[in-house]
Amino acid sequence: MDNTVKEPLIHLSKREDMSFGKKWLVRIIAILLSLIVCAGFIFIIIKMNPVEVYEGIVEGAVGTGRRFWVTARDALTLLCVAVAVTPAFKMKFWNIGAEGQILMGCVASAAMMIYAGNALPTGLLLVLMFVCSFIAGGIWGIIPAFFKARWNTNETLFTLMLNYVAMQVVTFCIVYWENPAGSNSVGIINAPTRAGWLPQLFGLDYGWNLAIVLLLTVLMFIYMKRTKHGYEIAVVGESENTARYAGINVGKVIVRTVGISGGIAGIAGFILVSGSSHTISTSTAGGRGFTAIIVAWLAKFNVWAMAVIAFLLVFMQQGAIQIATQYNLNENASEVITGIILFFVIGCEFFINYKLEFRKKHSA
Amino acid sequence: MSVLITFIQKAVMQGICMLFGADGEILTEKSGNLNLGVPGMMYMGGIAGLMAAFYYEKLAAHPNGLVGMILSLLAAFLMAAFGGLIFSVLTITLRANQNVAGLALTTFGVGFGNFFGGSLSTLAGGVGQISVAITGDAYRAKIPLLSKIPVIGDIFFNYGFLTYFAIIITLLMAFFLKRTRWGLNLNAVGESPATADAAGINVTLYKYLATVIGGGIAGLGGLYFVMEYSGGTWTNNGFGDRGWLAIALVIFALWKPINAIWGSFLFGGLYILYLYIPGLGRSMQEIFKMLPYLVTIIVLIITSLRKKKEQQPPESLGLAYFREDR
Repeated sequence: MDNTVKEPLIHLSKREDMSFGKKWLVRIIAILLSLIVCAGFIFIIIKMNPVEVYEGIVEGAVGTGRRFWVTARDALTLLCVAVAVTPAFKMKFWNIGAEGQILMGCVASAAMMIYAGNALPTGLLLVLMFVCSFIAGGIWGIIPAFFKARWNTNETLFTLMLNYVAMQVVTFCIVYWENPAGSNSVGIINAPTRAGWLPQLFGLDYGWNLAIVLLLTVLMFIYMKRTKHGYEIAVVGESENTARYAGINVGKVIVRTVGISGGIAGIAGFILVSGSSHTISTSTAGGRGFTAIIVAWLAKFNVWAMAVIAFLLVFMQQGAIQIATQYNLNENASEVITGIILFFVIGCEFFINYKLEFRKKHSA
Repeated sequence: MSVLITFIQKAVMQGICMLFGADGEILTEKSGNLNLGVPGMMYMGGIAGLMAAFYYEKLAAHPNGLVGMILSLLAAFLMAAFGGLIFSVLTITLRANQNVAGLALTTFGVGFGNFFGGSLSTLAGGVGQISVAITGDAYRAKIPLLSKIPVIGDIFFNYGFLTYFAIIITLLMAFFLKRTRWGLNLNAVGESPATADAAGINVTLYKYLATVIGGGIAGLGGLYFVMEYSGGTWTNNGFGDRGWLAIALVIFALWKPINAIWGSFLFGGLYILYLYIPGLGRSMQEIFKMLPYLVTIIVLIITSLRKKKEQQPPESLGLAYFREDR
């Protein structure tokens, strides 16, 4: 009887030594593969040469100066939300509620624009909007964080539910703010006076968006890497018990961190309302709260990698919208393409973290 | 009285969408996988069922409602199960984070549904409004005779086939999870995969099957919405946030299928309650629409306060299992 233990065909082992260049090579291969699959999808659906379609995507995303700036603006907003969710995730607090926190920031900004728009000087108004958005988003984060810290209430599901409560808060406000009456939408706020609109900076329409988001990104980088708070977040994320033994007040760290996380998401809401759309609706956040989670996770919480990934994703989305109009398809094609790319990029992390070793052939 | 009957009927119709989704997600979560892709899989199931029925009615010389039903049912189940398979490959084999993979699946699935739903008319050569009346009518057919009984017939027998199918699936699942060896094994996998593995249970296989079949069942919720609720038409984003409510329902039901049945009717009722309360202003209606979410949050808080063992989520929910890490 053969009593040798059968060795499995594939053997897995963890690896932590992959070089920086090799890691990105794996990711680039994954993106190329995903583009090939997308090309197949496009070819089957619209029977068009995929190369032309990809040219159309580039054209649509950065083809003209105006399109480039729209892409950059949306990428910056996405980056801002990704930066927002970073500290919470680093702490292993699954904040799926960025969508709601953004919306609460939007509500706070829009409320200031509507009620105080013509009473305050521009600078003061903008500062107040900024602060109020931060507070509103922060509160929306602190609620589930408090319950998590106190009774270990599941934060994934709690924050998820709060998104929809926030959406109803928005629709509630729209009833009072609708303009013109009966349209069930808010319309462009303060269109004649432009009160509460972020002005140009350095001659750029979205200069302030750029400045605010880049500043937040740098600050977050420093906060996570160089401050005591950042260290505490990392320890709590690794092990709550270790943190407790080290004398860290875990509950306080959780509430503080998620408050900051929600607050920054609220600022993203401010940027959306004041710096790009100038209106508010339930779709103002547009799923960014969810996409940002994927961005932050893929970037392994490295803020610079987040910038690259956020730009890539928005690039694909804008491009796909262009393709959709060009070939008379609906613009949801962008979500399908984004989804396929994400599957590949998420999947490829496996090959970065693990090594596959095939069974060696034994000579008989 | 007639208003109350209408309210109950509408609440049940809303509830069944969520019940399918919750059933699928309970099965998935019992294996320890938290699949946030349920909304996406429901869209995928809905559009696949619609497309199957649409092409069948277009190509067949004499389309038959029953054949259309079977084809669309299969298509919906398989397409949504395919969504579950993508999630399984990513999280079980490739060990990706479950929340991230689930959210990506929802992005993909919702886009997939809206893309094909919105383009179907163009792709089929500009036929205008997509409608699969024959199959839709077959889904909407009510039980003869019984549905004619006053009041009782109106409340209990006035629905299409999928409504009863949903309840049967739920009951079967309750039996499966509590009373069969496979069901108990699945529970073990979700509670403690390492223990299950040591006991000789094939953890990977159980996780795959539960997630893929769970995905397929969730997809039927999308099919129900397209066929019975909307009568065989598609509106982009018409399905709305019912997929997330299905996930909420899983929490509300404390991972027990039987609870999900009455929970789904309650959620359905809360979802449309604002239409039936007289004298509500528009702004108050919006506040009432928060109810299902607020109720879920309250349940979540109460269960975490009470810490009763049998009311907790599966112990390993959301955590990946790697034998090598043990």
